Amino acid sequence: MLVPSLKVQDLIEEIRGAKTQAQEREVIQKECAHIRASFRDGDPLHRHRQLAKLLYVHMLGYPAHFGQMECLKLIASPRFTDKRVGYLGAMLLLDERQDAHLLITNSIKNDLSQGTQAVQGLALCTLSTMGSAEMCRDLATEVEKLLLQPSPYVRKKAVLTAVHMIRKVPELSTIFLPPCAQLLHERHHGILLGTITLIMELCERSPAALKHFRKVVPQLVQILRTLLTTGYSTEHSISGVSDPFLQVQILRLLRILGRNHEESSETMNDLLAQVATNTDTSRNAGNAVLFETVLTILDIRSAAGLRVLAVNILGRFLLNSDKNIRYVALTSLLRLVQSDHSAVQRHRPTVVECLQEPDTSLSRRALELSLALVNSSNVRAMTQELQGFLQSCPTDLRADCASGILLAAERYAPTKRWHIDTILRVLTTAGAHVRDDAVANLTQLIGGAQELHAYSVRRLYCALAEDISQQPLVQVAAWCIGEYGDLLLEGSCEEIEPLQVEEEEVLALLERVLQSHMSLPATRGYALTALMKLSTRLRGDNNRIRQVVSIYGSCLDVELQQRAVEYDTLFRKYDHMRAAILEKMPLVERGGPQVDEEAKESKEEARLLEAAPVPTEPQASKLLDLLDLLDGPSEDAQHPRPLDPSPGGALVHLLDLPCAPPPAAPIPNLKVFEREGLQLSLSFVRPPETPALLLITVTATNTSGGDVTHFICQAAVPKVCKGFGGGLGTPEEATE
Amino acid sequence: MQFMLLFSRQGKLRLQKWYVPLSDKEKKKITRELVQTVLARKPKMCSFLEWRDLKIVYKRYASLYFCCAIEDQDNELITLEIIHRYVELLDKYFGSVCELDIIFNFEKAYFILDEFLLGGEVQETSKKNVLKAIEQADLLQEKTENMYHSRSFIGCKKSILEY
Repeated sequence: MLVPSLKVQDLIEEIRGAKTQAQEREVIQKECAHIRASFRDGDPLHRHRQLAKLLYVHMLGYPAHFGQMECLKLIASPRFTDKRVGYLGAMLLLDERQDAHLLITNSIKNDLSQGTQAVQGLALCTLSTMGSAEMCRDLATEVEKLLLQPSPYVRKKAVLTAVHMIRKVPELSTIFLPPCAQLLHERHHGILLGTITLIMELCERSPAALKHFRKVVPQLVQILRTLLTTGYSTEHSISGVSDPFLQVQILRLLRILGRNHEESSETMNDLLAQVATNTDTSRNAGNAVLFETVLTILDIRSAAGLRVLAVNILGRFLLNSDKNIRYVALTSLLRLVQSDHSAVQRHRPTVVECLQEPDTSLSRRALELSLALVNSSNVRAMTQELQGFLQSCPTDLRADCASGILLAAERYAPTKRWHIDTILRVLTTAGAHVRDDAVANLTQLIGGAQELHAYSVRRLYCALAEDISQQPLVQVAAWCIGEYGDLLLEGSCEEIEPLQVEEEEVLALLERVLQSHMSLPATRGYALTALMKLSTRLRGDNNRIRQVVSIYGSCLDVELQQRAVEYDTLFRKYDHMRAAILEKMPLVERGGPQVDEEAKESKEEARLLEAAPVPTEPQASKLLDLLDLLDGPSEDAQHPRPLDPSPGGALVHLLDLPCAPPPAAPIPNLKVFEREGLQLSLSFVRPPETPALLLITVTATNTSGGDVTHFICQAAVPKVCKGFGGGLGTPEEATE
Repeated sequence: MQFMLLFSRQGKLRLQKWYVPLSDKEKKKITRELVQTVLARKPKMCSFLEWRDLKIVYKRYASLYFCCAIEDQDNELITLEIIHRYVELLDKYFGSVCELDIIFNFEKAYFILDEFLLGGEVQETSKKNVLKAIEQADLLQEKTENMYHSRSFIGCKKSILEY
């Protein structure tokens, strides 16, 4: 007995009645099995119903590919119902990726040439939705014929199908270009609209077509003018605007034709002014037309007065109560800010007000536009506004706002002090969101402004005392206090309120930073180094500092431990060098990562030497002597480089190293000898101060288990280096 | 226009019209992501957003979201008018349209859309002409097949336009 199959709507109801996902799946699986069976040997009269059910199921996300062939069968059927559902199925289930899609080409061809209007409509619709390049090539002539068909219903669809065909197969432009001239004389809005779309497509693909269609600019102007002067028509008007869809499309075409073409632009000038002033802007439809007009005016070679009018319209849009209108205004002004900067500047106050928008899409646009409007004359006022915004803006905009302010400050800072203040304020407000190089930039800036050292260190000290959680701020402050601690303690600074700071307070603050769980390892590194530097800047004894340094010698963090150990060594054994090593840094050149690598490498070697994995103690000192001999003047050894190497450290450590730019390309290290665990390598460094000098460091490493005895290192130098002293030729003997 | 999606407040798809060729998998991915993005928008926010390299224009009518993806050079404001026109057409056809109409008569929703837009472009700007075309097609269908009923929910029905 044949169970009558469900009607489409009954199936839908059943599916919606399912209480759980599993139940739904069950219903659908059962029904799909039915449908499959019915496709195989069911009643062809009901096939369309089966396919419709399948299409519903497909929309819910279930597989429906087995319906593809059914689409073909239904399309080929003579019955209208079948075709209607079949073509719908083709649009939903078939696309150019499936091989099956080509099979409908023939049916479409038949329907286009012999079908009734309704059927031709279905075929054209399907072709323009999913027609592949191949299909388009096959069916181009059929569609071309339909362009001249008497029925407007078919013609309007044929024109848009031609648009699709050109998008898929640009060569077909040659077929579809000639009919355009005649089609432009149509009165039917649908056909006219389609024709204009077609012309737009042709012009965008071929400069020759563009040139050809410039001739029709007067005609287009006329059509638009007629639209404007026609009274209200129930059929085409929306909110008092005659056929806004058609108006917008004409304006778009005019934009394409008038771009970079004086003559065409002039022809449309008056019309554009007319549209701009006469369009009813109480509802969205009018505003849509006005918006398109503004875009056209700004893109063609329009008269200056017209341009100003257009920008002013955008300014007015900014004040509109409709959010959508404000949005398009902000977007357009952003596009204009480069080319019409002064015109957009006039609306700056309104733009700044838009920063307060609760809608983030709008405030984001307002932020971008505000940043683009900053220039040397308004930088103080704008920065003030932007700082205010930064305090209250949503989190996803903070990073952009902060970096925007910093960039603007860098470009237009009126004074160095203002610049430092601005960066300081940004770091305090949104420290967590600034980019990594902000720290480097600020220290660079401060380092270079000698007259502001005292001011900077005081301000930073106060900021740090208040809040040690914002890492970039803490890092800069620590560095600054380390460098200019003496200025902090002595005397007064005119630009700031008098501040009495005790040595102990400073040390306590830095210790707090070191101990705080909020401090990143990098920050701790800064603090430790700063403490170390203060040992030469402060007048009191260094016991407290020495204590901290020795405690951190057993810190779990390898980086800190290393530094602490080295500083400790500096205290204990090389105290005579300490002052020179910890001298104030020369101005740091802002080099790139390459510079950083250089400095790091040379640091690497110096470190190997100091915390040496060399065979024996005397060996270390002998090696050191060798270095002394190699170094010409002794002050090279006292090179004012703070001893904080950071081999794998972040770029932030750039700050700790005097990154004088490398004068020449670095010479890579050479491993010159390796046997039975004993390695000898040479490293080459040119001190920046004396580029003519090349420091060659010999590093001997013993990786074997036992001790090395009777180590003899001889260096033979060519005669040209004779001036270096006679001690070189003598072999040194190693002792246990 | 690249595509138009209609979905409910629970994220259930009610209509999908694609004007660009994409695989089923890609369509599902795009639908899922876009639905999520649009549903996350607060009620007072503007109707436009940027998503991937497209502009999205959406509007909510009662329990249905109408969502269009347009290209960079397309006019957002006129797209809002397109959406509104489509809703008006549905409203006229079904008589105070509600979401259930579109669920139970999804094929009709597609047919109406296909008389208004073609290949992603507006083909007919006269409401009257679109509705006339649908009427005639329906008549043709009835002549050949008498099994299609349009289930309209008579009674106190509120159109989605009235929300």
